[in-house]
Amino acid sequence: MTLPQAKLDQLSARIAGLHFPSTGWQGKARGAALERLSAMGLPVRRDEYWRYTDPAKLVAPQPQAEVWGGEVAFDEIDALKVVFVDGMFDAEASDDLTMSGVEISRLAEAVTDLHWAAEIYGELETKGQYPAQRPFAALGSAFATDGLLIRVTGKADRPVAVIYRSSSNTSDVNLHHCVKVEEGAEITLLESGDAAARLLTVMEVDVAKGARFHHVRAQGRSHQRIVNTHVFARIAEEATFKSFTASINGVMTRNEAVLDIVGDDAVAHVAGASVGDGSDFHNDDTVFITHAAERCESRQVYKKVLKNGATGVFQGKILVKPGAQKTDGYQISQSLLLDGDSQFLAKPELEIYADDVKCSHGSTSGAIDETALFYLRSRGVPERRAQSLLVLAFLAEALAEIEEEALAEDLRLRLENWLDRHEG
Amino acid sequence: MLKINNLHVKLEEEEKVILRGVDLEVEAGKVHAIMGPNGSGKSTLSYVLSGRDGYEVTDGSATLEGEELLEMEPEERAAAGLFLAFQYPVEIPGVGNMTFLRTALNAQRKARGEEEISAGDFLKLVREKAASLKIDADMMKRPVNVGFSGGEKKRNEILQMALLEPKMCILDETDSGLDVDAMKLVSEGVNALRDEGRAFLVITHYQRLLDHIRPDVVHIMANGRIVKTGGPELALEVEKNGYADILSEVEA
Repeated sequence: MTLPQAKLDQLSARIAGLHFPSTGWQGKARGAALERLSAMGLPVRRDEYWRYTDPAKLVAPQPQAEVWGGEVAFDEIDALKVVFVDGMFDAEASDDLTMSGVEISRLAEAVTDLHWAAEIYGELETKGQYPAQRPFAALGSAFATDGLLIRVTGKADRPVAVIYRSSSNTSDVNLHHCVKVEEGAEITLLESGDAAARLLTVMEVDVAKGARFHHVRAQGRSHQRIVNTHVFARIAEEATFKSFTASINGVMTRNEAVLDIVGDDAVAHVAGASVGDGSDFHNDDTVFITHAAERCESRQVYKKVLKNGATGVFQGKILVKPGAQKTDGYQISQSLLLDGDSQFLAKPELEIYADDVKCSHGSTSGAIDETALFYLRSRGVPERRAQSLLVLAFLAEALAEIEEEALAEDLRLRLENWLDRHEG
Repeated sequence: MLKINNLHVKLEEEEKVILRGVDLEVEAGKVHAIMGPNGSGKSTLSYVLSGRDGYEVTDGSATLEGEELLEMEPEERAAAGLFLAFQYPVEIPGVGNMTFLRTALNAQRKARGEEEISAGDFLKLVREKAASLKIDADMMKRPVNVGFSGGEKKRNEILQMALLEPKMCILDETDSGLDVDAMKLVSEGVNALRDEGRAFLVITHYQRLLDHIRPDVVHIMANGRIVKTGGPELALEVEKNGYADILSEVEA
């Protein structure tokens, strides 16, 4: 099928001038990604998974956004720090990339020799293109300028923290990370900071038998941030994959997670807490979980706090393939609307082809519970404090998905501070 | 302590008058009981005094130690020393009971210009008060009232009262949903707080709670008014003959 001219024009304008290394193993993988992208074109509002989110800001050739230059999350956490400024690796600000049980290299430096990442790069993304297309992910695979290639062979004794900073209001950054967690290995990966005026990331994660991957991400506080992230994961037997995202502010945040559970007895959890104030705020979580093995558990827990005309979107699907018996799938998406102007658009989907499974999903929109508010106030808690307590209580179920309490506490404080700044 | 003068209240949203001129004075150190049939306005009185939305005061006043209550926000009333033990304590998922109690206590202290209590001192205080109400550590860790039995919820109300040390305590049908043992425990908790500087207004349908919390004065409320006031013997009369006799005597 040929693409309509409008889509082709849109695509060529978007990728004109983007960096495209064409040599070595990357050249091959990137070439294939470009082919996928050219066949799909960039999304338009009519496309099924873009009805609630206008892709215009992601499609526009040149982004413009004022970025937040302040402190980022997890700065108190002991971690191996890797810093990117406007997408460029900052060796000075980063730690030495060596750590016991973990090999870290950079995509930009792994151009020529064959690399372990060649088996993953673009591969998991390709699988994740079906049944719903994700053109921006293919764009990321084709044009990423850098990223981390992390191979975990043992139990990492501290997290790897990727810190994004930006100094430009027009920076347009494409990063691509690959993580391979080998059998029985464990790692926690943190991401924080606003990387650019516009950030596009693809992260492909291969979690081998019995391995554990934890991902905790903080997006904030830039009000004009434009960001589109993708996490593609392949989860083997008895492995654990957990990803949490706290998202604060931003005019366009689209976080996609595509998880493929391929081994028996595996666990996959994705969760998010987002807060937004104002009609420019748009936050979209799009999740696709495929159960292709027996006795696996998946959870999707998303909570959004919206005020003054903010928009939250959740599209979440659980696909249970034939034979994926004893699947335990749970999905909840909820919004707390702090006024009548904000909106939450949810599209929960279940598609089940096995007969012995337990899957549940729920989606709600609600206001602050006035009875609970009065109860707190009747005990002397001032109205605003009481309201903050109730909002944090609403977010608590999502934050509870973070295993490490210090990380959860860091994000809880940031969300609480946001509530203080956006009172009334 | 608490003075209510000619209080008239209607529902905010509809033309329904609930209180039609309530006059009541509760002195420091005393326990007053209000009894009355369903729909007489007892619970509304407690809500209006504590500042719940949805009611409109059309006439009259209510003061706590001379301060006009009805002008204040609910949290200001609490800081001024008013406490309502709810008939239906509210469940708040996601807020830990400990966090709730400490936030409330410190907010009141702050409002009164007092220093906040330290985490260590608070823990000591709450453990001591909880033990006497047979509230275990697990109940303290759980979210506020979530998964609590009826009796546990009411004990949690009394625990809040014990921690916050209000001057004026209003108990709204604290006996509802309690079995005999729980009622005894709750009553002991209340009695332990009886003090010369503290007053109680106990709202109840039944006389049985008043066997445990002995009132000094009993009021009968009907149709939005206090229609009869007497000593503890009035409660016994209600128990024996029901409200009908008293009401017909008043109307006669």
